[in-house]
Amino acid sequence: MKLKICLGLLMLTLGGCSSLGVEPWQKQHFAREDMALNHEKLDLSLDDHIYFSKEGSSGGRAFAGGGCGCN
Amino acid sequence: MQLTHKKNIAQALAIASCGLVNPVAEAATDDRFFSGWDIDAALMYYGEQDRVQAIEAIGDFQKQYDDESQLNLKVVFDSLTGASASGAVAQSQHQTFTRPSGDGQYIVGAGDTPLDDSFKDTRLQLSANWIEQLSLEWQSNIGVYGSREFDYTSLGVNGGIERSLNKDNTTLAISAAYTYDLLEPVGAKPVPLSAMAIRQDFISEQAFRQAFNLTRGDDSDDKQTLDLILGLTQIINANWLMQFNYGLSSVAGYLTDPYKILSVVDNSGTSQQYRYEHRPDSRLKHSLFALAKGVVAGDIVDISYRYNSDDWDINSHTFDGHYRHYFSDDFYGQLHLRYYLQSAAEFYQPFLLMGSILPEYASADYRIGEMTTYTFGIKFGHKLKGDHELSYRLEWYQQTPKNNGTALVGQLQQHELFPSLTAVIAQVSYSF
Repeated sequence: MKLKICLGLLMLTLGGCSSLGVEPWQKQHFAREDMALNHEKLDLSLDDHIYFSKEGSSGGRAFAGGGCGCN
Repeated sequence: MQLTHKKNIAQALAIASCGLVNPVAEAATDDRFFSGWDIDAALMYYGEQDRVQAIEAIGDFQKQYDDESQLNLKVVFDSLTGASASGAVAQSQHQTFTRPSGDGQYIVGAGDTPLDDSFKDTRLQLSANWIEQLSLEWQSNIGVYGSREFDYTSLGVNGGIERSLNKDNTTLAISAAYTYDLLEPVGAKPVPLSAMAIRQDFISEQAFRQAFNLTRGDDSDDKQTLDLILGLTQIINANWLMQFNYGLSSVAGYLTDPYKILSVVDNSGTSQQYRYEHRPDSRLKHSLFALAKGVVAGDIVDISYRYNSDDWDINSHTFDGHYRHYFSDDFYGQLHLRYYLQSAAEFYQPFLLMGSILPEYASADYRIGEMTTYTFGIKFGHKLKGDHELSYRLEWYQQTPKNNGTALVGQLQQHELFPSLTAVIAQVSYSF
């Protein structure tokens, strides 16, 4: 039942997405370097390492990780 | 042979002097060396008041091949030193603890939060990723990862695939990662919830050593992590896009922190012994992440929310945002705000009560207790000639742990059992 609800929500979301968006010639802002989702990737990576070491939750934007015996 | 040697020296001197008197020639040599590579490098300092200090250097090298493939290499080196909260509670009298190795002790003064000051480590991390544009709609990526520190080794692989649709306005992505971690704790793995042996309680070094050895298990253990992320990125209009991720992370193996302990206190709140913590050997984590990023009057704004939940009962909410303003074409300033709220793990308890039945799992590690944290940061960046960029940022991080409802007995009411922690982060980055 839960799976059906999730699939239904996914279809609804994708259906909704098809009515969103812009034409290719309207995308000049998305060509900007600072609009990329991985822009400032070093800052994000360093921040993730700090928060992974100091807090009980991790991940979300990227993998939840492992890879360090951080104290 | 001698002539060749002299000729080599002469050539080397000529090249070196050319670099000194002709910076343009030197730059040309550099350009050839790094031709086709985009490089980001950063040096970060992280410092907690009276606790951990860390320096982290990071280099990210990216090369594009034929507009269809991209190689990404990353090197990270960090060095940590300082003191970390052991989990024991503050007391009205000084306290003596055995170091994890069993060699020596450390003493914590009356009223002070017990910190293990033997914490010192360096870590090297290497990773490589390959991105391949399979067609106009499909893109894939694979990667490998490895890191090594004194008592910890980690190896991992990851991969993913994405599909663009709706005139490139929508992107669906699925990615997975597998990580194998090997832990080799100093002094071997403690026996879960065993009582710390302290030298002064024994008449001889031999008797102490025998008791200490009884608290030790295997020299090493491992854990394995499987991560899965499903992502949807959607362009909303000419100025805004949104990203939604669902993440699942399953960890199995040794999840206990071998260096953390709990105080066992009597009815007056006085510590009678210390026990090594014990956590479950599996953890299943879910995360939901939503991000909106856009252009507002030429400035860049992003706002994100993350919800995490796991079967240890740690639930958290994270709000994060950046605002970048361009003072001119080549100079910007950026604000960063973050708020984080976390509930405690079901087996978290700040101390154990003498005479009570020992639970199967217990940890007094404040990082899995109830807490809120705040981050405030500023960053400035200069765009330089030839697409180079220099940036520097300063951030202030405040952690405020809270009592999760545990009744404090006796002298514990007079001490700060949930001390706040303040850290400063300073970073310089250069891209070229």
